[in-house]
Amino acid sequence: MTSPTPPLGDDPDASSAATASFVNIGERTNITGSARFRRLIREGDYDTALEVARQQVEAGAQILDVNMDEGMLDSEAAMVRYLNLIASEPDISRIPLMIDSSKWSVIEAGLKCVQGKAIVNSISLKEGEDSFLEHARKVRRYGAAVVVMAFDEQGQADTAERKFEICERSYRLLVDRIGFPPEDIIFDPNIFAIATGIEEHNDYANAFFDATRMIKKHLPHAKVSGGVSNVSFSFRGNNAVREAMHAVFLLHAINAGMDMAIVNAGALPVYDEIPEDLRVRVEDVILNRRADATERLLEIAERYRDSGEVAEKATAEWRNFAVRDRVTHALVHGIDEFVVDDVEELRLQVDEPLEVIEGPLMDGMNVVGDLFGAGKMFLPQVVKSARVMKKAVAHLIPFIEAAKKRDGDTRAKGKIVMATVKGDVHDIGKNIVGVVLQCNNYDVVDLGVMVPVASILEAARRENANIIGLSGLITPSLDEMAYVASEMQRQELSLPLLIGGATTSKAHTAVKIAPNYAGPVVYVPDASRAVGVVSNLLSDTQHEAFAATTRAEYDRVREDYLGRQQATDRYPIEEARALPAPIDWAGYAAPVPRQLGVQSTTVALDELLHRVDWTPFFQTWELSGSFPKILDDPVVGETARSVYEDAQEMLRRIVEERWLTARAVTGLWPANSVGDDIEVYTDDSRTQVLTTVHSLRQQTSRGRGRAQNYALSDFIAPRETGIPDYIGGFAVTTGIGEAERVAQFEAEHDDYRSIMLKSLADRLAEALAEYMHERIRKEVWGYANDEELDNDALIAEQYQGIRPAPGYPACPDHTEKRTLFDLLSAEENAGVELTESFAMIPGSAVSGWYFSHPDSRYFGVGRILKDQVEDYARRKGWTLAEAEKWLAPNLGYTPGK
Amino acid sequence: MTTTDLQTRIARLHEALAERILVLDGSWGVLIQNKGLSEADFRGGRFADWPSDLKGNADVLNLSRPDFVRDIHLEYFEAGADIATTNTFTATSISQGEYGLQEYGAEMNEAGARLAREAADTLQAADGRQRWVAGCLGPTNRTASISPDAADPAARSITFDELRETYREVTRALIAGGADILMVETIFDTLNGKAAIYAIDEVFEEDGVTLPIWISGTITDLSGRTLTGQTTEAFWTSIKHARPFAVGLNCSLGPEQLRPYVAELARVADVPVSAHPNAGLPNAFGGYDLGPDDMARPLAEWSRDGLLNIVGTCCGSTPEHTRVLVEAVRGVPPRTVPEPEPVMILSGLEAVRVGR
Repeated sequence: MTSPTPPLGDDPDASSAATASFVNIGERTNITGSARFRRLIREGDYDTALEVARQQVEAGAQILDVNMDEGMLDSEAAMVRYLNLIASEPDISRIPLMIDSSKWSVIEAGLKCVQGKAIVNSISLKEGEDSFLEHARKVRRYGAAVVVMAFDEQGQADTAERKFEICERSYRLLVDRIGFPPEDIIFDPNIFAIATGIEEHNDYANAFFDATRMIKKHLPHAKVSGGVSNVSFSFRGNNAVREAMHAVFLLHAINAGMDMAIVNAGALPVYDEIPEDLRVRVEDVILNRRADATERLLEIAERYRDSGEVAEKATAEWRNFAVRDRVTHALVHGIDEFVVDDVEELRLQVDEPLEVIEGPLMDGMNVVGDLFGAGKMFLPQVVKSARVMKKAVAHLIPFIEAAKKRDGDTRAKGKIVMATVKGDVHDIGKNIVGVVLQCNNYDVVDLGVMVPVASILEAARRENANIIGLSGLITPSLDEMAYVASEMQRQELSLPLLIGGATTSKAHTAVKIAPNYAGPVVYVPDASRAVGVVSNLLSDTQHEAFAATTRAEYDRVREDYLGRQQATDRYPIEEARALPAPIDWAGYAAPVPRQLGVQSTTVALDELLHRVDWTPFFQTWELSGSFPKILDDPVVGETARSVYEDAQEMLRRIVEERWLTARAVTGLWPANSVGDDIEVYTDDSRTQVLTTVHSLRQQTSRGRGRAQNYALSDFIAPRETGIPDYIGGFAVTTGIGEAERVAQFEAEHDDYRSIMLKSLADRLAEALAEYMHERIRKEVWGYANDEELDNDALIAEQYQGIRPAPGYPACPDHTEKRTLFDLLSAEENAGVELTESFAMIPGSAVSGWYFSHPDSRYFGVGRILKDQVEDYARRKGWTLAEAEKWLAPNLGYTPGK
Repeated sequence: MTTTDLQTRIARLHEALAERILVLDGSWGVLIQNKGLSEADFRGGRFADWPSDLKGNADVLNLSRPDFVRDIHLEYFEAGADIATTNTFTATSISQGEYGLQEYGAEMNEAGARLAREAADTLQAADGRQRWVAGCLGPTNRTASISPDAADPAARSITFDELRETYREVTRALIAGGADILMVETIFDTLNGKAAIYAIDEVFEEDGVTLPIWISGTITDLSGRTLTGQTTEAFWTSIKHARPFAVGLNCSLGPEQLRPYVAELARVADVPVSAHPNAGLPNAFGGYDLGPDDMARPLAEWSRDGLLNIVGTCCGSTPEHTRVLVEAVRGVPPRTVPEPEPVMILSGLEAVRVGR
């Protein structure tokens, strides 16, 4: 799954085909480039030869180059046999093939075996136009794309000008003469060996880059490719230097516009990981920056020669490192395949199994932590590292337990008890923080979700924890956190309390939580900050200063905040009601639903895939940027592509293996507004009120002139207009089946996949909500039959009508979810339940109201005054205190004052 | 002149496609069953002494009972079908080899095309309406991508070149018999389909003739892939070079199960899209459950959703299905065909877009 070069991403315009901005073509199944593959084919060991192909695909090859050119071999027969074998291996034949031969007969034999659209490598003008065009016509007839070498009757081109001249001539012949689609032409402007000691060769790489730029500029839609390993031919036997050359060459070639390259997928070093002096000297050679570049590279080349033999199987070259380095490599690169063996080898070398964790594993994780801290690794990679770490630790635990029994206990750097608070089920962020902390050798006791305060404090005592971490996503959780803090005070604890989760904030922590507790209370905005905060809090030397500065900072935040609150001059509720949403009801006819009442359904997951809004997915992984641009982001692009590719793979399995079930319930009812309430009627006679939906009205600042003060009830025709209007509601989930899978991943110590699944299920739930909304608009309510919107437009909500969710800014009262769920019988009809804090279970669920009015829009209620809260309490049948509890995040005043 | 020459018919086909959703005819199986044809009917006079049984070999009827075949075409046309599929689904020398009739393959194809042509022309002479004949190139009963031998996954029961030879013969015979369109249909192995495309292109070049090519694949099961494992987009990518006048999916699944894949095709293909699903999945007795209304309703819905340019039915359907379908899609505008994009798309079992 991990790929050293930019992996596949999805097409921005929502195509199912993966889109690759740079494609790496696996080269190890090329008999002319791999002695091992040649031997396997010669000996007829096709089974092992097939494994070579599989390894290439697993290492991230997106196209597989197959070459059987060998004088002693029946190349046609070998090509046919090998391609037929590949056809019976779906893991391999998933990706397109490149049929590579200098003999046309071998290419044609290969083309007759592939059902997909392959690439022919290659044809050229070497033998003149007639044979070139004849081959091109056949390529077209077989339905393949084609690589054209920069080779003509005079020979192979070595200067940029000659390369381009031949490519341009080829292009004109193909496109103009025989109508070959330009997008199916790939030019190979010849990568030649440099640093050969022959002066004329020194500029070969530059010639390739220049020719590439010219091709991309002047030959529309054509692609550029090349066989990168040629460039380092003079350093054969020294793979470290060769791979460094490949990485540097690739960087510049891709910048020049190269679309694909034949590479050893899996053995490309990260440009940044090349040691500085080697990289500089390699770059001097590649870019021909100084006359003595070759000599200078030769001077240091020996130092980098690999310890082992000339690695044929370069994918696994790191397997030859010393065992400690192997462990570090596995951790940094997130490879869990060998880690148990390596850890076992280490365990046998030490006296105490714990030393393996404290020594090599922690050293490796420190490298990961440093790279992460320096912004050179990103969260998805760190989570993969954690997976490796967990597997390693899981292997050692039984030995450590045995040793403990013998010797008594031992300690990690510190122990953190974490929980998602009572009433809330959202735990992706908490899990990520847990993983990151574990990566940094903290002991994490994760109590899970919906944990009551008593259990949290009891666990903290039992585990002798150093810190408690709380997480939550929905707004009622904020209150629960404040309550946990006051309980910690009451029970006279002193350990630090960390606060995190999507709705939490520094201001809320400072204003509502910190005052309840005398110990340190720290808001942690994201996982990457968690380690710094924890290490400060647990440091003997830093602890005091950190706690004091945090407290001082929060005091200031609190004063600023409270000062601001008092200062605002908001409309009293009666005046706000006089300035509602500007809707003219005269002459308005509300759309009449085709079908009233409640309907439940299950939806095929593949209906949802193209509706997924990916930007929030990346936010979950703390990768910021909007999709699809994030995939090409210079900083996080590579990581984004990798996590996106993993997401696509998991989505495929979610759909194919039916991991999740998508259920939805929707309803439409006659309704009219009465003040800020909405009366929902049992039927169109509108004589009997089924239930009442309560909405809250904005009380905006007067300072900005006469403003409108919206409430959701404004979008439903008032009862006195006599206009028959309607309201809808929905509850959907894609989380059915999620818990079982997550449990399985967690049992496998695979937090990466566990978090991945949860984040995908969340995205699917949102997509399902969009899908159902569209069906309502187009079919059931049917007021937008002719709506035609693409996914971007849907995400941008360019449709008529809204679907605000209780608990979100337009209707911040979570308790209204109960009214909604009762109307829908959502528990029964969609399998979604509510906790006592009105969080939905499963967590991957969305619910809300439907409004159809063309002027209905999203807004935030924002801060409200006590006059409205009192009125609302009366309408809801609550005491003022209850209202203030549930509306706490929106109060524009301090209760009790 | 009440009938028209080939070039005019092709031009009218393109005009009609731009204006409306065209309706393709339905299946033959039910009708043959209902007529209760006997072994003697299948043999006719011509194969009276043929050594093996012929009952069930629908394509031999082109030679033994041409009247029966022509009548079915007339029934479908009268039910309102715009396009007839020739009764040549298994008339490849490869499939006919099962009956020992491989030498008659070409003749069956030519006769099959001629019988449909006659039916179309007869009715056109009567009512002036243009109808078209799609010469059917079936998939054969062999697959070029899958081994018949579990012990040797590299073995093949048929090669690309063998398929290509057969399809060259079929192509020439269908053109000679008067087909307007060449329809490579029910493709379960894209490599077989590519051999047909290759053969058609060769014949076009050699004989100096060009007909619209229609390509229709089949999804084997609820995995949503062809028998040989391709996704819908990978399938389209693999046959796009034929520059087909239409691409579609047919057979195998009923409308409800087929819809997502037709929608997928409608999204990715820059040519007109067709669908002719079965009348549901076969029931426990091998029959099909969906009646004319059950079929027409979803197909009309797809049409209204802008997925289709050509619609028809496959196994289990009858002229009554066609009649109801014609009414259901009448006046529904055809899918707007997207502009081609110059993007490199490659495929294995899945499609990959390359580029920036």
